Amino acid sequence: MIEVRDLTKRYGDLVAVERISFTANKGEVVGFLGPNGAGKTTTMRIITGFLAATSGTVRVEDFDIFDDSHEVRKRIGYLPENPPLYLDMTVVAYLQFVGRIKGIPRARLGDAVDRSLQRCGLTEVRRRVCGHLSKGFRQRVGLAQAIIHEPSVLVLDEPTIGLDPRQIRDIRALVRELASERTVILSTHILQEVAQICQKVVIINAGRVVVEDQIGHLTQDAPLEEVFMRSISGGTSEEAIA
Amino acid sequence: MRNALAIAAKDLRSQFVSPIAYVVLTGYLLLGGWFFFNLLARFNTLLNLYLSFRNPEAMDRLNLNEFVIAPLLHNLSVILVILVPVITMRSFAEEKRSGTYELLMTSPITVTEIVVGKFLGAFAFVCLMILLTGVYPLILVLYGNPEVGVVLSGFLGLLLLATAFVSVGLLTSSFTENQIIAAVSCLVTLLLLYVISWPADTAGESVGALLKYLSLTEHFGELVKGVIDTRDLMYFGSIIVLALFLTQRSVESLRWR
Repeated sequence: MIEVRDLTKRYGDLVAVERISFTANKGEVVGFLGPNGAGKTTTMRIITGFLAATSGTVRVEDFDIFDDSHEVRKRIGYLPENPPLYLDMTVVAYLQFVGRIKGIPRARLGDAVDRSLQRCGLTEVRRRVCGHLSKGFRQRVGLAQAIIHEPSVLVLDEPTIGLDPRQIRDIRALVRELASERTVILSTHILQEVAQICQKVVIINAGRVVVEDQIGHLTQDAPLEEVFMRSISGGTSEEAIA
Repeated sequence: MRNALAIAAKDLRSQFVSPIAYVVLTGYLLLGGWFFFNLLARFNTLLNLYLSFRNPEAMDRLNLNEFVIAPLLHNLSVILVILVPVITMRSFAEEKRSGTYELLMTSPITVTEIVVGKFLGAFAFVCLMILLTGVYPLILVLYGNPEVGVVLSGFLGLLLLATAFVSVGLLTSSFTENQIIAAVSCLVTLLLLYVISWPADTAGESVGALLKYLSLTEHFGELVKGVIDTRDLMYFGSIIVLALFLTQRSVESLRWR
């Protein structure tokens, strides 16, 4: 599980996120929504240990991201917005490298790579060089990289961006399958995607959490799009009233 | 260590997948060969000249170590000043630009392992370069009689020099995501360390001594002469350790921006 408490991140004078709190439980897919620049990527980068927070805590599987960063990183799979591929490596060589730095023992590395390739539908392009792959395949290699060490928490930053409809469907099915025993946070701009695969929704706007709720509960009265629009435009007026 | 080796192997591989490794090696060997050929030709001319003059005193002073190997090593060191920044410029800058930095920094490895891995990758490459130029003294040993100990000491000096260059290159690469900025700032730093002792003779006693101590050429020159002094080894060791330490700090600091 992931537990974010009062997370604040400032870049100099600019406040990227301010006192963000939410939780994601095991077996849950949490949809992380918000307009561009709301602080989604910053939050994900802090959860994965890429950035240090200015204040606040994040606990992943009960390890503190600051004190036990190493333990947390062993348990997290992260797909950044741009898949972190070495464009001059073949898919297999790339996944072997990632497997090694993720701490997979040499004896199990081959199996881990094969399983990851299979799950992400990459078996037929395994010998291709990453730089020659289409965007859809690159995204899938990025996902394969994130799951190779069987992490119990997955952080996916816009995993379906730039994919064709069939690939989107495949990735969503894969995420749903992976989620059964894991905690998944995924950010996206496609609300329909959230409705399909997420159990919970966290909407942030201008660095603050404006909605955190189960999706069934949220969409009882209005479609998600309306909830989203209301929460990102109404955020300021509600504050004014309060 | 396993993680560091994985990164070293990955970096080394990527040098040879891109044309950079071949361009650098070809350029280095081409220039090295040209220097060697000319120095040897000059040696030959001098030898014939002194023979025709029947000048035994000059003949005694003429030897392969001083007239061929020492200038060759000094020339090669200048080429390394220019080529090592090209080898190291990608190390951190490219990872940052392509986003793979996020993969490294979110993996269960330490920043020290990343830095050591990058260092070992580049170090292996300069070892290869220097090994390849070992052919020239080998030719001399086969057909002449240079002092082997002095040759080895000189090549040790060249290797230490190149290793120090690599460490500085990693440091400048860790500052930026632009490879050209990384390469140019490394080149400028190395050149500065190279010429820093120029005003040493006129700068007064203590400043002069300091400038001489900081100068790469002074320490390298001693090793080329065949003098293996712990002070010179310490000098190179300090530069390498200091630059790698600063690199580690610089990489780590990115988390805190």
